[in-house]
Amino acid sequence: MTAPGPPLALLAELTHRCPLGCPYCSNPLALERVRDELDTATWQRVIDEAASLGALQIHFSGGEPMVRTDLVALVAHAHAAGLYTNLITSAVLLDERRLPPLQEAGLDHVQISLQDTLAENADRIAGYPGGHAKKLKAARLVRGAGLALTINAVMHRQNLAHLPEMIELAVELGAGRLEVAQVQYYGWALKNRASLIPTRDEVSQAVKIVAAARERLKGRLVIDHVVPDYYAKRPKACMGGWARQFINLTPSGLALPCHAAQGIPQLRFDNVRDRPLGEIWEHSDAFERFRGTSWMAEPCRSCERREIDWGGCRCQAMAILGDAAATDPACALSPHHPALLALAKTESAEAVPPEFAYRRYAKAEVEPASA
Amino acid sequence: MSTTTTLTAESRPGLSPHVRLKQDRARGGWVLLGPERVLMLDDLAAEVLGLCDSAASIGDMADVLAGRHSAPRAEVLGDVIEMLQNLHDKGLLIV
Ligand code: SF4
Ligand code: SF4
Repeated sequence: MTAPGPPLALLAELTHRCPLGCPYCSNPLALERVRDELDTATWQRVIDEAASLGALQIHFSGGEPMVRTDLVALVAHAHAAGLYTNLITSAVLLDERRLPPLQEAGLDHVQISLQDTLAENADRIAGYPGGHAKKLKAARLVRGAGLALTINAVMHRQNLAHLPEMIELAVELGAGRLEVAQVQYYGWALKNRASLIPTRDEVSQAVKIVAAARERLKGRLVIDHVVPDYYAKRPKACMGGWARQFINLTPSGLALPCHAAQGIPQLRFDNVRDRPLGEIWEHSDAFERFRGTSWMAEPCRSCERREIDWGGCRCQAMAILGDAAATDPACALSPHHPALLALAKTESAEAVPPEFAYRRYAKAEVEPASA
Repeated sequence: MSTTTTLTAESRPGLSPHVRLKQDRARGGWVLLGPERVLMLDDLAAEVLGLCDSAASIGDMADVLAGRHSAPRAEVLGDVIEMLQNLHDKGLLIV
């Protein structure tokens, strides 16, 4: 296999601790513990390695990255290394005290997730009373400080009807960008799929609303829309292709080609504690396994889109079909696509969605999130 | 309610606050960076964006570029407006 080009971005999951309990959280079901988290010096070394590999951006995420007390030091380090720094946060810990040092450290951009436009429903979905009000306050603080803001609106059957209000809210908050992120079904979201998946009609309606808003708000608000791919004809180019653009680091330092990659049991992951990032990018088993097209079977192997969507998502193929090397069942050319579609139809047609299974640490080992 | 701004020779564009113009040593050339966007720039685009400082008007920029490349100013102006309008619509420039 030829050597890969440089990665674009490092996704730094600083911690899996989070005060919220979103039932669609993209973290794995087995959350990592605080005692296993990388220390500041190791993160800083890895940030330098990423920058010298050619990464251009770093996304600080989690869990809730703001529970790390060394966040400012890490942002400053990444900024000094020349990386574009983005903070992906629930914002419930972002206040007048925490924001200024981050800004001084060189933070370029803040992305705040909202669960709904109605406070009560938003707090219910996040499992965190009072969260919505804190988020709005933090968003205004971010804009007041002149920092750029993206609103990440996670949408599903229990809030999709409020999409028009969500767009207005993003404008009102002064966001430059709105990400209408319809839930993708991995990790906790897969567990909660029946409570979350909208009907196909609801999705097409959302597509129309976004298209109209985009036109109307051109030059003022950029709207990115991620639709649930169960209803798509072709899969998304997951992560821009396996191990082509991103390196995702878990709190304990495992290097993954995609945040959900641990759902594929036969992959071996390297830890940045043991191996330099450049070596991992080029040679790690998990990165090499599905990089490029040589691993593909039919129908992908001879498909003209194989270097456009790279066969779709490996983790979804694993989760749904039990075979990580199969064509993503979201693709209509997959023999398993009709079954996936049928499943989506049945679950979304349930009159009353099942109760959420909130994201949390396994019982008896509760990990309190402290600021 | 249309909020689209149309750029003219009098507009004075600058990079949006969240956007960085950066030399990309690993790949060569320049890139424009936003939170979820990485735009690889060709030489001309990089040159034009290097002039976007919210002080110079697009007309001023066309003067400079026409001089540097000994190209007809009207043509340069048209090309620059088209390119910058596109970036503005993507939220990467402010005027
Ligand atoms: S999705 Fe919700 S629970 Fe998961 S890290 Fe983000 S805010 Fe926390
Ligand atoms: S067959 Fe494979 S390569 Fe072709 S569109 Fe479907 S997932 Fe993409």
